[in-house]
Amino acid sequence: METFVIEPPRRLNLPRWAILWRARDVVTRLAQRDIIVRYRQTVLGAAWVIIQPVMSAGVFSLVFGTVAHLSSDGLPYFLFSLAGTLAWNLFNNTLTRASGSLLQNQALVSKVFFPRILVPISTAASTLLDFGVGLGVAIILLFVYGVNPGWPVLLLPVWSALIAVIAIGVGLVTAAMTVKYRDVGYVLPWATQILLYASPVAYTISSVPSGLRWVFEANPITWFLEAFRWSLVGTEAPPLWQIGGLVVFAFGVLFVGVVYFQSHEREFADVI
Amino acid sequence: MRAILIRGGYARTAPSPSPGPPSPTPEHDPTIADIPNLKVPVTSSDIAIRAERLGKTYRLGKSQPRPSTLAEAVLQRLRGRNAPTTSAKFNALDDINFEVPQGQALGIIGRNGAGKSTLLKVLTRVTAPSRGRVEFRGRMGSLLEVGTGFHPELTGRENIYLNGALLGMTRAEVNRQFDAIVDFSGMERFLDTPVKRFSSGMYVRLAFSVAAHLETEILAIDEVLAVGDAEFQRKSLDKMRDAAKQGRTVLYVSHMLQTVKTLCTSAIVLERGQLVHEGSVDSALQAYSSSFERYAADQADPANRQGAGGIRFTRVWMNEDHIASGDTFDIHFELPALQHPLPVPDYWVSAHIVDDDGVIIAQCDSRLNGITFDSGTHVVGSVAVRNLWLKPGSYTVDLFVCQWGPIHDIWDAACRFDVLPDLKYAATATDDALANGLVLADFQYEVN
Repeated sequence: METFVIEPPRRLNLPRWAILWRARDVVTRLAQRDIIVRYRQTVLGAAWVIIQPVMSAGVFSLVFGTVAHLSSDGLPYFLFSLAGTLAWNLFNNTLTRASGSLLQNQALVSKVFFPRILVPISTAASTLLDFGVGLGVAIILLFVYGVNPGWPVLLLPVWSALIAVIAIGVGLVTAAMTVKYRDVGYVLPWATQILLYASPVAYTISSVPSGLRWVFEANPITWFLEAFRWSLVGTEAPPLWQIGGLVVFAFGVLFVGVVYFQSHEREFADVI
Repeated sequence: MRAILIRGGYARTAPSPSPGPPSPTPEHDPTIADIPNLKVPVTSSDIAIRAERLGKTYRLGKSQPRPSTLAEAVLQRLRGRNAPTTSAKFNALDDINFEVPQGQALGIIGRNGAGKSTLLKVLTRVTAPSRGRVEFRGRMGSLLEVGTGFHPELTGRENIYLNGALLGMTRAEVNRQFDAIVDFSGMERFLDTPVKRFSSGMYVRLAFSVAAHLETEILAIDEVLAVGDAEFQRKSLDKMRDAAKQGRTVLYVSHMLQTVKTLCTSAIVLERGQLVHEGSVDSALQAYSSSFERYAADQADPANRQGAGGIRFTRVWMNEDHIASGDTFDIHFELPALQHPLPVPDYWVSAHIVDDDGVIIAQCDSRLNGITFDSGTHVVGSVAVRNLWLKPGSYTVDLFVCQWGPIHDIWDAACRFDVLPDLKYAATATDDALANGLVLADFQYEVN
């Protein structure tokens, strides 16, 4: 029989894999709950998953393509902005849901023991599902528009995973902060809104004035958007340093997120 | 696990929390030496849980509140980390040492706020201790607050799986126990109904059934047996007793002393975060009631009482210490004339009649009589409580002095009285005719 030891928390309190692995059912059940609950008692149900990205991509192509006459590097503007929207939504929705997850599960956090880190992680499942459905629609549209991205399409799962990893990493920090400081809940939507317009989601990086371009290229969100669009709709391949940077950044953010979250984990029940 | 079960069985036949390697026994507890079992040495593998110098301190935001918004946190940081923080500290638990041998059921008793629930939360790893160390062998499952993690939109079946996972069961365990859980709850027909359509009784029964089928080696239970109707309660209690019989270690927190008596093999008593007694259930119950008397004596000193303190009782008393159910009783009180009356001079008095489980049975507030008192005059008053048919048992009276805004004095357990099993009903019946309900009523059946 195993022996467990409970002691006052130390500063660096990294999760124990054995405990996380044993509690893996918690992730599946929480994810299942999130997905079921979201579509039960809705009329359109799962259709919302498609309507949302398609509508915002439509608005983007109207505003940026038709009204502002921005270039989309020769692609149909709608397809171009749909690709950006899918990647952005994956990031934004995962981040947003992960941030609020501890507060939403307040009763659990203050009453039962299980590795708390599983709560924000489990939220990724429902956004990944949404993303998968949206991606399916985008692939159908590729055939409709006759766009062939070529072999880079095989890398899509890699980019998607990296986007989710970045979102979870940031989400772990914001989720832990929200437990103590509710401000995060107000700041975050506003910050992501600004980030949405500051990143080339609905416009190309080439339409940014060359004097300012370095600012946009220093933005890691640009890196994953460019890589994702390269793979999905066959835009120009991003420079190699961006791809390398993306991988390093993603795991760096995840590491920071895990360390920050874990160093506050033991006080959640007292503070929430 | 089988082998260990046998060892658990052995440990029960020789019940013996080992003093072990330097495990400090509470010095302030003379009674501990009276329990011969404590002196029998056992190998440390028989110990399921060992807590050493366990402590938990909460910071009470008084003068320098803990920041709750980023702006406050930043401001505090700007003012300097070294600025004198005078935030009051509160020891919810202090220097707790105990051991539970495998297969024992340990009761944790104490008044509200004595630290029982905090202790259980620390032991179940919901919250972290500030000091000390706990070691336990085997998995620990907890039944803190039934139904935590139930989602109203999910069906009964879905909730069983979700709740099982949260309580630490693997999928295979839930699958294996599924029929037993459903059977125990008696909810077969509603398995595919969202639990939001359940009555609160059904909800709680299903939730308890999941928790009751945990197969962990250690089981921590907090007051959950008070659910459902009398029959379900008995079933639940039996289930818990079975757990202990199977060689599992049970931790049971309650202020319902009766259930502690039926369920536990030993008990500890907590008082203001400290362990004041450890031993057999009977000796613990005795220590608990004397701790209660100490507490009551302690409350008689205004300095130990809570409240804003603008005006406090000088004396509270009752002329009788036992009454028959339904008898009128008077609670007398005395308050001083203040030399400088309160800014708003009027205040009112409220008396709470509280039963042994800490449930407030009645609030007798002087405002409801249209009576307030003047802080400029000396008050000797009383409240007569009529037509309250209390059930036989022990009751306490908590007294309050209030104004809009501040509560000036909170005198916990200002009086204590017993209600004798001398009932005003015309006929008598077996105990089950009286088993349910918080109070008795003046009722009359008629045939028309």
